[in-house]
Amino acid sequence: MKHIVKIMTLLVALSALWISLLQTSIIPESYTWLLPLYFIISLGCYGLLMVGVGLMRFPTCPHEAILLQQDIVEAKGFLKGKGVDIGSD
Amino acid sequence: MVMISDASMEVTEEKNKYSIIVPTYNERLNIALIIYLIFKHLSNVNFEVIVVDDGSPDGTQDIVEQLQQVYGEDRILLRARPKKLGLGTAYMHGLKHASGNFVVIMDADLSHHPKYLPSFIRRQMETGASIVTGTRYVKGGGVHGWNLMRKLTSRGANVLAHTLLWPGVSDLTGSFRLYRKSVLEDVISSCVSKGYVFQMEMIVRASRKGYHIEEVPITFVDRVYGSSKLGGSEIVEYLKGLVYLLVTT
Repeated sequence: MKHIVKIMTLLVALSALWISLLQTSIIPESYTWLLPLYFIISLGCYGLLMVGVGLMRFPTCPHEAILLQQDIVEAKGFLKGKGVDIGSD
Repeated sequence: MVMISDASMEVTEEKNKYSIIVPTYNERLNIALIIYLIFKHLSNVNFEVIVVDDGSPDGTQDIVEQLQQVYGEDRILLRARPKKLGLGTAYMHGLKHASGNFVVIMDADLSHHPKYLPSFIRRQMETGASIVTGTRYVKGGGVHGWNLMRKLTSRGANVLAHTLLWPGVSDLTGSFRLYRKSVLEDVISSCVSKGYVFQMEMIVRASRKGYHIEEVPITFVDRVYGSSKLGGSEIVEYLKGLVYLLVTT
């Protein structure tokens, strides 16, 4: 099944649920009308939260830059010895 | 960092050969460094390096020919093209000349460090996965050289992509990957995007087709030279790519 079909099915199911809530009035109607809005806002807040948390916990590796420089020196030394003309960068 | 023992890999890897495809454009210095590091870290592995150079004016191909003298023409294959023809076609071109049963794709600019190659190979052997992709965004991985803005866009893009696509991998735009050769051939034939959306399309299509995908943490040291290419047009391209993937995969 294509992904978009999965998403559409989910949305249709949610819409059906919402309409049935409207019809049967388990929840007061004024509140039910606002449910989709609440849903979208919650989704947005969740997204922002995930971005914020991810940003705080973003893995960094400053030591890797140093290791890389060491590797570059080692590589240049070896290659020069083998006559590969790397020249200067 | 833990050094992975190569002894356990010797027994089974006689049957496996790894073709490492490295597309290049003006990477005269970096290609030499990358090749040295690949040979250093894969000393017990049967592999070949396929350099797909798009007619670099800086002499990249001359350097590769010199490296062939040092390491052997059977270990380093130079399969050049006349001009810049795009990343996807570079992989396809390299694939045609690959004699291994596994294919690694990686960048030539040293943002992908060859020292992770043994961990890709080992994870594939342990799990039998069809694809092993490197991820920068988990513990053990990481990025260096990105400012706050860059990290923010990356994280925002990632959350958006995950919400829309449910891809099953943590790093969608990464291009440091190991593929079973048959799997790469299958996936690449159905991809049409360009640039990093292409990398996303590959992994999403593979995920949809049900291929077993594993992830290993990698560190990514961004280019020190040159500016970070993340302007408004890149963001628009990315969003268009997301919608395209949402609808067609």
